[in-house]
Amino acid sequence: MAFFLNSDIPLMTKLLEVVYMVIGIICLYTAIKNLTDKENPSPYGTAIFWGSIGIVIGFGRWIPNTVNGVLVLIMCASAILKRVKSGSGVGPTKEETQSKFDKIGIKIFIPALSIGIFSLVFALIGWSALVGTGFGVITAMIFLAIFSKDNKPKVFFDDAARFLSIVGPTSMLPPLLAVLGSVFTMAGVGDVIAQIVGQFIPEGNVNIGIIVYALGMVVFTMIMGNAFAAITVMTVGIGAPFVLAYGANPVVIGMVALTCGYCGTLLTPMAANFNIVPVAILDIKDKMGVIKSQILPAIFMIVFQIMYMIMFK
Amino acid sequence: MEYIKLIGILIVVLGFAFKLDSILIIVLAAFATAFVGGIDIMTLLESFGQSFVANRSMTIFILVMLVTGTMERNGLREASSSLISKIKGATSGIIIGAYGIIRGAFGAFNVGIGGVPGFIRPVLVPMATGAVESKQGKVNEKHLEQIKSMAAGIENISWFFCQVLFVGGSGALLVQSTLENLGYKVELIQLAAVEIPVAIAGVAIGVIYYYIKDKMLCKKYYSNKTNED
Repeated sequence: MAFFLNSDIPLMTKLLEVVYMVIGIICLYTAIKNLTDKENPSPYGTAIFWGSIGIVIGFGRWIPNTVNGVLVLIMCASAILKRVKSGSGVGPTKEETQSKFDKIGIKIFIPALSIGIFSLVFALIGWSALVGTGFGVITAMIFLAIFSKDNKPKVFFDDAARFLSIVGPTSMLPPLLAVLGSVFTMAGVGDVIAQIVGQFIPEGNVNIGIIVYALGMVVFTMIMGNAFAAITVMTVGIGAPFVLAYGANPVVIGMVALTCGYCGTLLTPMAANFNIVPVAILDIKDKMGVIKSQILPAIFMIVFQIMYMIMFK
Repeated sequence: MEYIKLIGILIVVLGFAFKLDSILIIVLAAFATAFVGGIDIMTLLESFGQSFVANRSMTIFILVMLVTGTMERNGLREASSSLISKIKGATSGIIIGAYGIIRGAFGAFNVGIGGVPGFIRPVLVPMATGAVESKQGKVNEKHLEQIKSMAAGIENISWFFCQVLFVGGSGALLVQSTLENLGYKVELIQLAAVEIPVAIAGVAIGVIYYYIKDKMLCKKYYSNKTNED
């Protein structure tokens, strides 16, 4: 309580902490929902996974870091042991969505767009974009509740728990990769890569550094199938020592490198979710059909982005 | 032997390439790196906790899920398809392009409309095939194959390059924290702003390329009939 009453802490920091508590509560709700779900083949593992995440996200600020670390490992363990499953959560039927559409119609776009608008406006004023997302979600919920009396708080929470269960442990990759990135930095991995790459890249030539960094993102993403995994490694090893160290703009370089990585995602069967699963769902005969249709746009975007980085570095 | 410190990267690359469990790879890589880097277990645990809590912002998508499912329940998909079907005289290429633009616009607002299982298969592919059939009678098998591939392609292209416009998307948050570890402080709004040209170029190349490709395919497979029109 002292945290929220302390007038030295900015309002946005307090509100952001409230946002995290709500996220924590959604996770805990998902945990309970799965625990009591008779159709979930692994109720305990699933509950432990979402429960430990919920505690760290919602209340981690007040928990000693070592304990948080243990909770994160418990969460990882239940995922690694394949004990995290999704339960029965019933989605809407076609009749339900159609009848809702007949009633609400195109107005459904208002809540859909409100989240992004609030995040943007908050960011533009210089407030926390994430708190803006929170306000956007509240606004969207109010609109949905006005459109239909069926949209009660329980519906929102049940639908959130259903979606979260479907997405599963994969959704925790970005924060876990960030954790790995910080371990890499702590161990000095970046310095070692920089030494190696330094033998090939002429020092001080920022443009060559940018090209190597961007193409490295493409290739690493193609090998790993995941741009998020590539960006931490490549930025520490190449982006920082060979591009940013010479005063290039970190905003342009760091961010566009990520979308260079996305070009790699378009080109690799390793990104099965995007390129192979759709082949199955759509019944496409050529297993590489989706990737083939993406080759030209991906190459165009690689060239475009390298030029963009060089021009605006 | 400094190179041993790269063991974590080796684990990440090989692990993802051999399709091991992603979380297992990350934990192994972290422990191996800590071990060779001389970081003891307590320090490692502490940094796990500390940096996970510092990166909680990447879980903001969970908050958005409070409305994602309920919007689907309330007809978001139906509303999107009614929007596309308003285009008069659309060809399969135009329908795919229109979806690309709508998908990109929603992506920038962090809203999904069903993806491949929820939208492309049940709504978009039938709409595109319907457009061909209304003109040509029956859709050519090979053309249908290409329509499906292009529909899945535009889904990926629009989503990838437009989701980065959302202020607070997980990609930008990861870039922000990676840069912060290296001592560069950047704001989320700046990260979103630099991606505007990238997003526009991405959607444009996707839409234009598939439009031209579809036009050429139509010429190839239905040349006789189009001449009669």
